[in-house]
Amino acid sequence: MSEHIVPVRIYVMIFLALLVGTALTVVAAYIDFPWQFNAIVAMTIAVGKATLVVLYFMHVRYSTRLIWVIVASAMFWMALLFSFTLADYFSRDWLSIGY
Amino acid sequence: MIESHATTPEIHGHPALQHHFENMEQQREAGTIGMWVFLVTEIMFFGGMFLAYTLYRALYPASFASASNHLDITLGAVNTAVLILSSFTMAMAVYFTQVGKSRAQVVSLVLTLVLGLTFLGIKAVEYHDKYTDRLIPGHLIPSAPFGPAVQQHDQPLDAHKLHLLPGATLRQVEMFYWIYFALTGMHALHMIIGAGLLTFLIYYSIKGRFDPEYHGPVEIVGLYWHFVDIVWIFLFPLLYLLGRHFEH
Repeated sequence: MSEHIVPVRIYVMIFLALLVGTALTVVAAYIDFPWQFNAIVAMTIAVGKATLVVLYFMHVRYSTRLIWVIVASAMFWMALLFSFTLADYFSRDWLSIGY
Repeated sequence: MIESHATTPEIHGHPALQHHFENMEQQREAGTIGMWVFLVTEIMFFGGMFLAYTLYRALYPASFASASNHLDITLGAVNTAVLILSSFTMAMAVYFTQVGKSRAQVVSLVLTLVLGLTFLGIKAVEYHDKYTDRLIPGHLIPSAPFGPAVQQHDQPLDAHKLHLLPGATLRQVEMFYWIYFALTGMHALHMIIGAGLLTFLIYYSIKGRFDPEYHGPVEIVGLYWHFVDIVWIFLFPLLYLLGRHFEH
């Protein structure tokens, strides 16, 4: 078996990091940041937590290149979905043609 | 059998090895890849709902903050911790299978199932709170805040309960609850399916089917379980925390 077995120590560390991240996001939600920074802070923490889960709990860090490509493809299509749709919605006011 | 094992070890395979795979590692790798491709479709499925959320939150910021502030942040945070802990026990179940500790493997799987059911129980309490506060979208509940009679005036029936921020309207609050129930409902459905998969795993792990060479099913159910956890990691701040900083 050439499979990588993730040591328990790493699982415990990731688990604790995820709990800390949850506490941080709750605390940050009560602080009134300027502009849209509340949403940006919340999403940064969430992306960080999700990355830890994907890399360690889901073993992607130790997986083959093919798995990396599949995971990256999901991110890519999500980016397309969001960027093109939001580009449409938020640029509609720029032309005064009505919609 | 013993003879053939002694003379031609490459022909003797693990009893769980399917004939179309070369060896156990290839079989497990193929299963993992298949699960990841499925998870990509799941990401796109939830992505559509997350996009709907993003658009409506951008269009109705005050209403979304008001509606979100009505959710119970304590229950939401506890549920997040419960789900993270269940992800940890699931990862440990994979670990114990990989190192061949079958008893610890069964215990980890049972813990994961119990934590998953705990999450669903807390979610049910929250849904019941929303029902008693008559915040179910649509016209299903007579004289609901979102009922037809109220929508004409667009005034809150229960202004003291909803704490509408300036600029918020009930119609827009209703949209938040449509998205809230769609997202958390689909997430809960995935948890229920995950609980079923775990029950299947527990049954076969008690029967001793999984071992260090054959643990593909434990691993791919683990991938699914962690994915459902990730969806909640995004849902919790997006649904529960977005308007808290307006409350001062």
